[in-house]
Amino acid sequence: MSFGPHLFLALLEGTVTAFVLALMALGLSLVFGVMRIVNVAHGEFYMLGAVLAWACADAVGTPVAGFVVAMLVAPLAVGGLALAADRWILRRIDYHPESTIVATIGMLYMLQQAVLMLYGPDARPVAPPVYFVVQFPWFGYSGYKLVVAAASGLLVLATWMLVTRTRLGLYMRAAQQDLEMAQAYGVPARRVYALVFLLGAMLAAAAGVLIVPIEQAHYLMGLDPLLLSFIVVIIGGLGSLRGTLVAAFAVGLSDGIVSVFFSPTLAKIVATLLVAAVLVVRPGGLFGEERA
Amino acid sequence: MTEHPKNLSRRRTLISLGSLAGATLAGSVLNSPLALAQGKSPIRIGFQVHRTGIGATYGRWFERTTAAAVKMLNDKGGIGGRPIEVVAEDDGTDPKRGPEVVEKLARQHKVDFAYGTLFSHVVIASAPRAGELKIPYFVVSEGYHVASGKMNRYCFQPGITDVRSQVTAMASWIFGKLGKKVTMIFPDYAFGYDHRDYFSQAAEKHGAKVLEKLAIPPAERSFTKYFARVPADTEVLYHVMVGPGVLTFVKEMGEHFGKKRPQIFGFIDSLEGVDMASPGLEYLDGTYFWEAFPRYLQGKEPGYVKDYRQRVGVNDAGASLADPKDVSTFSHMFGCWETLHVIKQAVEKSGYKDPTPGDYRKLIEALEAMKEFPAGIAHPQGAKRFDGRVHQCYGQQNISKVEGGKLKVVHTTKIEDGMYPAEADYTKQPL
Repeated sequence: MSFGPHLFLALLEGTVTAFVLALMALGLSLVFGVMRIVNVAHGEFYMLGAVLAWACADAVGTPVAGFVVAMLVAPLAVGGLALAADRWILRRIDYHPESTIVATIGMLYMLQQAVLMLYGPDARPVAPPVYFVVQFPWFGYSGYKLVVAAASGLLVLATWMLVTRTRLGLYMRAAQQDLEMAQAYGVPARRVYALVFLLGAMLAAAAGVLIVPIEQAHYLMGLDPLLLSFIVVIIGGLGSLRGTLVAAFAVGLSDGIVSVFFSPTLAKIVATLLVAAVLVVRPGGLFGEERA
Repeated sequence: MTEHPKNLSRRRTLISLGSLAGATLAGSVLNSPLALAQGKSPIRIGFQVHRTGIGATYGRWFERTTAAAVKMLNDKGGIGGRPIEVVAEDDGTDPKRGPEVVEKLARQHKVDFAYGTLFSHVVIASAPRAGELKIPYFVVSEGYHVASGKMNRYCFQPGITDVRSQVTAMASWIFGKLGKKVTMIFPDYAFGYDHRDYFSQAAEKHGAKVLEKLAIPPAERSFTKYFARVPADTEVLYHVMVGPGVLTFVKEMGEHFGKKRPQIFGFIDSLEGVDMASPGLEYLDGTYFWEAFPRYLQGKEPGYVKDYRQRVGVNDAGASLADPKDVSTFSHMFGCWETLHVIKQAVEKSGYKDPTPGDYRKLIEALEAMKEFPAGIAHPQGAKRFDGRVHQCYGQQNISKVEGGKLKVVHTTKIEDGMYPAEADYTKQPL
């Protein structure tokens, strides 16, 4: 393949990766920004979304109906689980930063093993709700991947609006900036925390539902996206939504280009080096705010 | 928010400790009913199984096949009159965990033999430990590592052929029928390198050319970027993939090449455990696959093949009798069945009794003296030849064409087609 089409393919791949990554990392970033917790189980919420999408598709029958049902059921179910985790685990350890890392690692293993026991070790496919191949002169490309990019973009936009334009968003930002002051002004901190954790989990689950027709549901599928999301969140600056989006595109596109032209392993190396470089130059990340 | 010092309550600690102890006890009791039932001390076979990790689909079917084989053998009187007891231990398809599992089986469970490992990187990590512990280690792995002489005298692969033999057997058909300019796509570890090295070697011999070799990391989940590197003048795309990403691989291959595809020859490893009717696989119609043991019943099989299918619980389409969506790893799991039968034969022939150095010596020498395994219920995939110098068996291979979402055998190789000169001699190593 000559250089032009090759680059075009790289950009396409990179853009799709970037949008999905943005959706995944946004939840992680929100949870960290507001609650100051590193949620290691975030990838498992994504995996649960994918597995539930398979279950819905299996139960409903037609791909379109299955997808619609999954888009409703999976985020709600995973959100419910997240609420329970918030109520019975995180609140009990007072959202203590170190303890929550250990607790969410525990959740990661419990969710993974539960899925392995109940759903099994297979990677199971789900038919995409819309399927078409965009035929370029040099190669064909899955139309559904473009749909995924668009849907992720919409969800990211909706989350952005929620954070910047609504009362809940205001509470969230207030809790992020200064928790005690926010509480003094009557921000219901516990409820905000619960809702943020719920929102983060729902975003991850939605990403899982979107991705499963491309990738298949598998009980270990949460690990890689988790790692990439962490990379994105660290580069962007922990807690900064704008940073997360910028970093998702930087990482997604560089991943696409480097892996198409050189090798996917090199792309991961580049992403990791990027993290190291950002941490050396700007320890708070590109858009990270200074913390008192 | 305030910080509360949290005390671990004593009652809660006791409850969790109690349940842990209970679980352990239940596990050990459940493990050994057979021995008590039959009144003779059992032959204990340690089963290193990929219950979790990327090999879990294979692991589950390896476990089912093992259970079926053990049931049949025990019903017929066990091994030398002793019942077989399987002690399974999960290695997570993890090369770090592999040697620990071998050690645990040998030292803690005190098994007679260790058996069952599939993924080549786990085998290569585990076999040296088996050699150090001096316990016979039977792998069902396909890799060339056993026959290459890189393992040790305790490591055997008597139940499944190796990659070098497979590609050597099929090369002339591939180059003759499909084309001579090949691009290879394979996993980026030992198993993939065997394909790369020995298929390239075969290509040279047949005057064909491998244009590009694309190694894919084992946990990769997106493949479009690799297809961009397939040269335009490729006549045959040779693919062998394993792990949870295989279906994506095939789908993206279809999307990328569309109707202008080259000939495609794959190893069924790319679709083991996957329903051929899965969405996106229509694309494979008219492409070819290697199969060790045809997944779909072809209709002309001898009775023992049908008997084998019945016993391992597989229907005519190679899926579970209990759940037609649960597709087996049919071209690999027979290796467990056949290996257990070889163990039986070796134990009975050598008069092996206990895990002592002397008995192990007798067993290993008896194994190394074996030459032929005739086709039958003990070797349902077909007759095998065994080369004691390299501890490896040789058998027939099948090439199947995808037609209407099923695999139809179009060519079966002879055992001789897959023979190559032995590059090692384990029998010269000390015991």
